[in-house]
Amino acid sequence: MNALEVADIHVTYDKQPALEHVSFHVPQGSLTGIIGPNGAGKSTLIKAILQLIPKLSGDVTVYGQPLKEQRKRIGYVPQRSEVDWDFPTNALDVVLMGRYGHIGMFKRVKKKDKAFAMECLAKVGMEEYADRQISQLSGGQQQRVFLARAIAQDASIYFMDEPFAGVDAATEKTIIELLKEWKEEGRTVLVVHHDLQTVRSYFDYCLLLNKTPVAFGPTAESFSLENLEATYGGKLALLSQNASLQEIGV
Amino acid sequence: MDVWFDLLQNPNARWVLTGSLLLGFASGVIGSFVLLKKQSLISDAMAHAALPGICIAYLIYGVKSTPLFLIGAALSGLLATYLIQAIVTHSKLKTDASIGVVLSVFFGFGIVLLTYITRHSGGNQAGLDDFIFGQAASMVRNDVYMIAIGSLFIILFTTLFFKEFKVATFDPQFAKGIGLPVKGLNAIMMMLVIMMVVIGIQMVGVILMAALLITPPLAARYWTDRLEWMGLISGSIGAISGVVGTALSTMGEGLPTGPLIVLTASCIFFISLLFGFKKGIIVKGVRHA
Repeated sequence: MNALEVADIHVTYDKQPALEHVSFHVPQGSLTGIIGPNGAGKSTLIKAILQLIPKLSGDVTVYGQPLKEQRKRIGYVPQRSEVDWDFPTNALDVVLMGRYGHIGMFKRVKKKDKAFAMECLAKVGMEEYADRQISQLSGGQQQRVFLARAIAQDASIYFMDEPFAGVDAATEKTIIELLKEWKEEGRTVLVVHHDLQTVRSYFDYCLLLNKTPVAFGPTAESFSLENLEATYGGKLALLSQNASLQEIGV
Repeated sequence: MDVWFDLLQNPNARWVLTGSLLLGFASGVIGSFVLLKKQSLISDAMAHAALPGICIAYLIYGVKSTPLFLIGAALSGLLATYLIQAIVTHSKLKTDASIGVVLSVFFGFGIVLLTYITRHSGGNQAGLDDFIFGQAASMVRNDVYMIAIGSLFIILFTTLFFKEFKVATFDPQFAKGIGLPVKGLNAIMMMLVIMMVVIGIQMVGVILMAALLITPPLAARYWTDRLEWMGLISGSIGAISGVVGTALSTMGEGLPTGPLIVLTASCIFFISLLFGFKKGIIVKGVRHA
């Protein structure tokens, strides 16, 4: 069964098309990387799928049902830069927000929710920082808190927006282990990703996107030099100066 | 000390002080969210924009009636908020510029109307001047009831929606992602702020109402890193400011209430800036030394 089916999404931003004709479907228990140059609409796609921004047209089904009926099964990890880290709250509290969907409106947070949130923090090696004000965490630690919040959501399908951006090596390893664990548990994960060198080792499926999908399929097939050139255009030459195409693995 | 004792003996003063206590507390609580959502300027525009609404209500009905004034204030406050959003959506102006434009136009218009009314109703009969800086002494029992009930309503609703307001303010995208009606929550918050501004105008005045919303949470932030405590401390600072400011204004000879309340809040702010446990200058200095 497909965990996610996206049919013909169109999004405009400031009257300019941001996404056109985006259709693809992701099988359950897969790890999908969404790859493309800056401004290709990768984050926009995730936000449009999750109905965080309006879309002109397009249908999204999650596990065979409309998205609205599956909210509790969806986990979302926004870009770290999108929130105000000076907000008066601590790490545990942010993780608890992952339980709000399950707790429900007007209901108080209970002891068992707190205990579960602590377990989630422990899973990403952050239990010592539970009481730490979030502005006093490093970038990698902040990302771990977001991961712990995602774990707390206990979702069937996860959408992650550049989780690897600006994190230390240890955090990157934590994220990768988590992705593998989720996959083994049959959860589905979509990740907006920037680093072409790691695409082959991290993801089973790959969506190459530049406003419209250039290629989608198992990484072995879709992540080819031809498709990359079609996605990045002239910018690929710049990228390959830093990393040889062999390193990227095409 | 005797003066304070006398004040507490007077049942009317007791009522007004209770009103200012609740008003200050509610203002501090909802103000915490206004501050964190970075909507301080919008709340200032809302408060200033209430003036023409009050004047128009007086011109239409020709009587001084607090409920009518408050309806007028709420309507013109809402209209100003709507205009600010419309200008941002349909022009290249940024939020701060459109707030500036709307605030000045509404307040300017309000002053024109106020001058007209004062001239034509023979001096200060209408008592509308009191709405500019607030005047606790001019309040009657029913005004206090309205302030008390309104404040309790705002405190109750903010407590009820606390968890949701928190996540919608900290991470609105995530909140939408877990299916919370973020737009609806923002609308409720906006209505609570307008309500706060409207019931506070009589005591604090249109010019300084926003200061009562913003100064207490700003001060509270120096004492704590937790939103729950921030709301509580901010509410308490607002309540203390309300009571002290009102008492001073009632004892003094017709001193306007709003400035005294805000001055009290500002004093607490400076104390917090220096001595606050979490972000105070002295604590930070000691930590770095």
